[in-house]
Amino acid sequence: MQIAVLSGKGGTGKTTIAVGISEVIKNSTKIDCDVDAANMHLFYTGEKITKEEFHSGKKAYIEIDKCIKCNKCIENCKFDAISEYNNEYIIDTIKCEGCGVCNLVCPVEAVRLKENKVADIMQVRLTDGKLVRADMEIGADGSGKLITELRKKADNNNITIIDGSPGIGCSVIASIVGVNLCLIVIEPTVSGLSDLERILKLVESFKLKTLVCINKYDINQDMTDNIKRYCEENNVEVIGLIPYDDAVIKSINELKPITRFHDSLAGKQVRNIAEKIIKIGGFENECSDSV
Amino acid sequence: MNIVVLSGKGGTGKTLVSTNLAVYMGANYIDTDVEEPNGFIFLKSVVEETAYVEIDIPDIDKQKCVMCFKCVDFCEFNALAKTKQGVLVFDKLCHSCGGCKIVCPVDAVNYKKKNIGIIEKGKANHIKCIRGVLNIGEPIAVPIIKEILNNLDDTLNMIDASPGTSCNVVKTLEYADAAILVTEPTKFGLHDLGRAVKLVEDLNIPFGVVINRITEENNIIKDYCKENKIHILAEIKHDKNVAVLYSKGELLLEDDRYKEIFESLSNKVKENLLCK
Repeated sequence: MQIAVLSGKGGTGKTTIAVGISEVIKNSTKIDCDVDAANMHLFYTGEKITKEEFHSGKKAYIEIDKCIKCNKCIENCKFDAISEYNNEYIIDTIKCEGCGVCNLVCPVEAVRLKENKVADIMQVRLTDGKLVRADMEIGADGSGKLITELRKKADNNNITIIDGSPGIGCSVIASIVGVNLCLIVIEPTVSGLSDLERILKLVESFKLKTLVCINKYDINQDMTDNIKRYCEENNVEVIGLIPYDDAVIKSINELKPITRFHDSLAGKQVRNIAEKIIKIGGFENECSDSV
Repeated sequence: MNIVVLSGKGGTGKTLVSTNLAVYMGANYIDTDVEEPNGFIFLKSVVEETAYVEIDIPDIDKQKCVMCFKCVDFCEFNALAKTKQGVLVFDKLCHSCGGCKIVCPVDAVNYKKKNIGIIEKGKANHIKCIRGVLNIGEPIAVPIIKEILNNLDDTLNMIDASPGTSCNVVKTLEYADAAILVTEPTKFGLHDLGRAVKLVEDLNIPFGVVINRITEENNIIKDYCKENKIHILAEIKHDKNVAVLYSKGELLLEDDRYKEIFESLSNKVKENLLCK
């Protein structure tokens, strides 16, 4: 069973809620799929089980002594990654997408393609379940493939909780393919609603069971009502309203899950949401020791 | 002159800073957060022109194809697959590199255009605005970003980038003369700011930081900036009213109380980023 926590818009509270839910749904595998701004691991300490390098795609390099400066690679590169500098051909590894066309057209085999390291993948054993995350090279591409790789570490016997990335592009698509449930975290703002419409269309196109929760619902009650109406019209259930609560900032800065702040209204709501998800998803058996 | 506004972490206030600052400075507003573009909502932009962004994807001529599958072997992105009936194209994986056409011995590969999104141009508050919008379900946004940034005016452009530090942001930064990093004083904000700083430093782009939602008691970003000799361009105080204005889709500039934030930020940007 896999649950993806998503948002469309960034900074709406995905990680806070994913970590909070993980406190209620025991023994879960937590996968941080927001690979280029990963924060989930900050909450956890544990014993590293595995660490492996993840390579994806290639980068081209020119061997200067072989290059005859025929210009063929420059002409054929669709990414403008090759240029002449100080009388030598060089490849801008940031622009290079590793397609191999330069290698293909070079008449003297002066181009080599090297495997590109995208990230280190870590699995960490926690007192409760397991955390899977990546330490991505800064500026690296291939986040979609990296996420697919992270998700292979899910344990089929337990519930998997995926902390997704903002947006609707390749990272998000790779995070939701094949999940059983999406929880979309949204804020009651005009931009939040606009982003909700886009992410809902994306999850719909994958025919995924989807739930919405509205975070900081009380900062704009009118907009909260608009979002509820929009969800109702689109047959999407709103399963929780989380109030604005200073304990959330405290939770982030003390790196303590929001559900452990027992007086916090936000914490209580996150707990409720988790319990509803267990029911809706039919996860009672997997979570029998916790509910 | 292109100023890119980025953040590392999402939801820290990139759009808040870039829309208000663009209006205050009379710069063009450019939204390259094409997965979730929101700046036009705040600017109330009137769209005057819409262009479609198309990429080239291979179209295999079955009459000519001799099923040697050299194209399939060549494709680094697994966009072509071998089947009994011939070559199958997965257009969403294609990077349009052109390699399959070059490698084909019988000239069976042609290209056809495929639409992946739009670029809208318009006006608001006396400034020009441009945004890209990626079609829902399309994974690759970079061609839209490239198309927008290759055709910018030679004036001041305020560019609102995607969150994170992945390919969309890197592509946007290729065009940057300077960068503004927007963050919030939380451990998440600090962690992701560190990645954004490393990225702009690797690319040698002059930059400064805007701290949003700052409180008296929390100085983690200030301390980090001091330690790393990073310029703080503005501090926007934690204020529920700012959140309310934002939630309604209003610019902060419309409220006189907040105007001076952008006056001072504009001066700091001119002093610290534009003169270099």
